Amino acid sequence: MVEFFNDYILSALVLGSIYALGAIGISMIYAILRFAHFAHGDMLTLGAYLAFDQVDGLSWHPVLAIPLAMLLAAGIAVGIDYAFYRPFRKSRPIIMVIASFGIALMLRSVFQLYWGIDDQYYWAIQPPLEALAPFAISAKHLYIGGAVVVLVSATHYLLAYTRTGKAMRAMSDDPDLARVTGIPTERIVVWTWIVGAALAAGAGVLLGMDTRVKFDMGWNLLLPMFAAAILGGLGRPYGAIAGGLVIGGLEELSTIVIPGDYKSAVAFGVMVLVLIFRPQGIFKGRVL
Amino acid sequence: METLGGLILFIVGFFTLASIASVSTLGLNICWGVTGLFNIGIAGFYAVGAYTSAILTAAPSVPTNPHLGGYELPVPVGWAAAMVLSAAIAWVVGKICLRLRADYLAIATIGIAEIIRITFRNWGGIAGGSYGIHHIPKPFESLPQPWAEIGFLLIVVAVVAVCYWVIERGINSPWGRVMRAIRENETAAAAAGKDVERMRLQAFVYGSALMGLAGALSAHYLKQFLPEDTEPLTATFLIWVMLIAGGSGNNKGAILGAFVVWGLWTMSEFMTDLLSAAWATRAAYIRVFLIGLLLQVVLQFFSRGIIPEKAPVVQRGEVEAG
Repeated sequence: MVEFFNDYILSALVLGSIYALGAIGISMIYAILRFAHFAHGDMLTLGAYLAFDQVDGLSWHPVLAIPLAMLLAAGIAVGIDYAFYRPFRKSRPIIMVIASFGIALMLRSVFQLYWGIDDQYYWAIQPPLEALAPFAISAKHLYIGGAVVVLVSATHYLLAYTRTGKAMRAMSDDPDLARVTGIPTERIVVWTWIVGAALAAGAGVLLGMDTRVKFDMGWNLLLPMFAAAILGGLGRPYGAIAGGLVIGGLEELSTIVIPGDYKSAVAFGVMVLVLIFRPQGIFKGRVL
Repeated sequence: METLGGLILFIVGFFTLASIASVSTLGLNICWGVTGLFNIGIAGFYAVGAYTSAILTAAPSVPTNPHLGGYELPVPVGWAAAMVLSAAIAWVVGKICLRLRADYLAIATIGIAEIIRITFRNWGGIAGGSYGIHHIPKPFESLPQPWAEIGFLLIVVAVVAVCYWVIERGINSPWGRVMRAIRENETAAAAAGKDVERMRLQAFVYGSALMGLAGALSAHYLKQFLPEDTEPLTATFLIWVMLIAGGSGNNKGAILGAFVVWGLWTMSEFMTDLLSAAWATRAAYIRVFLIGLLLQVVLQFFSRGIIPEKAPVVQRGEVEAG
């Protein structure tokens, strides 16, 4: 049992939480702006690198680097939206998908140019804490767990109790109805980018804490994050969290039977099954 | 004289690679330009085509890096098999995913492409893993230079010409008009009695077969095929930029876009080569950035491309089929 926890459950929780944080943004952007944001994985990478500069340059603890990384990433996402997605608000959504595909590659080239192509690390490999033996939990897991709890709670507070959050949910349910109710849709769009990109950046730092920082770290997570968002139901942030944990869990458990290299096939398989049999997802999201 | 020979080889190489890219853009034009299917799994079908043809035609693998193959079949057999296998995979993917809305299809195709890439890279037994496949035969390679290169170029140009002719006929036939109708308004096309799902599947399969053919052509041109050759950047993204810049929906635009964008891509390589060594590697990333920016500019300001799509002329009294 302890071995099972150490080998599978722990990594499933870490991976699942990272997927969950990324999937919230994908899900909300999909529902509110009506397009699949292909540059979302690179928002994770962006956050990880922005934190890396603080860790490396200012010798800050990675956890302390999260807020500034989230803030900067949110600002950059709003800027990208203004320059590259806003002109297409009235076009077919698919044009924005193409644009975001281009943005993903532009961001990647910026990472390679500015931060290089080598693996970067926030800290040395951490041994499991002796106090928690026989569980192989190390300090990084505690930091990641704490950060996830804080980020998810903050998201819950924003969505459930603030005017902006309620307006975001209203808009993801029905953009037209939200508009006639007098919700300032363009401002909510900006907030969607802020929340989505900030959570993605946070997820990126956590991924960097768990493994390493590299220019393609986020891009490689795009498929499972989409799978999580679709599984949870598009426009359902809580569904995205549940979807992330499910996908992360299934991917880790799948390594019992198939080689780890093919993990992403699991996320893909789940996504295709959901799209065929229950396209609205677990939490009855929108079928666009 | 030596520089002249080098120049000839360079120009021939440029035209060969641009022509191979235009086979892909023509395939994408059937999918996206004409039928409106958002296929961003080009790299996957490209890889299937390249590896299929390479495995069937290459010399036996060296014992240190064993992989499937050593059949040494004639090259045309390899190309045909590349198209058939890409089409078969596209048929399975299409059967499952084509009923989905465009964005879902995008996610599904990129997922398939990544899984195919991962499989080829990790499964050393079939495709040599990260070592790839070497000693792939190249038609006319026994001729003296530059005739070997020119001979290969002629084959590729002939392939492009045949593809162009066939697709052009298809687009201007009732079949092509049904495809456009589906792109513009699926519900109306279905209401007019068209079998939307079957027609979309056809477009997806034909387009993907051409992407597979492009992969096979490039494997034989390069004489070796490595997992890096299926990077989504060049194999998928550049093709999209080419089609959109050239004019999606128009076959001439698709080919012209391939040559123009490949020209820009090659020119930018020249410019970055002039820089110092320290900047040369970095400049490669700047090139990618600029191509991404080019796409954004085209999308925002020239969304119809260099040669925009022409509305089909329907002659009076012509009967629609399909």
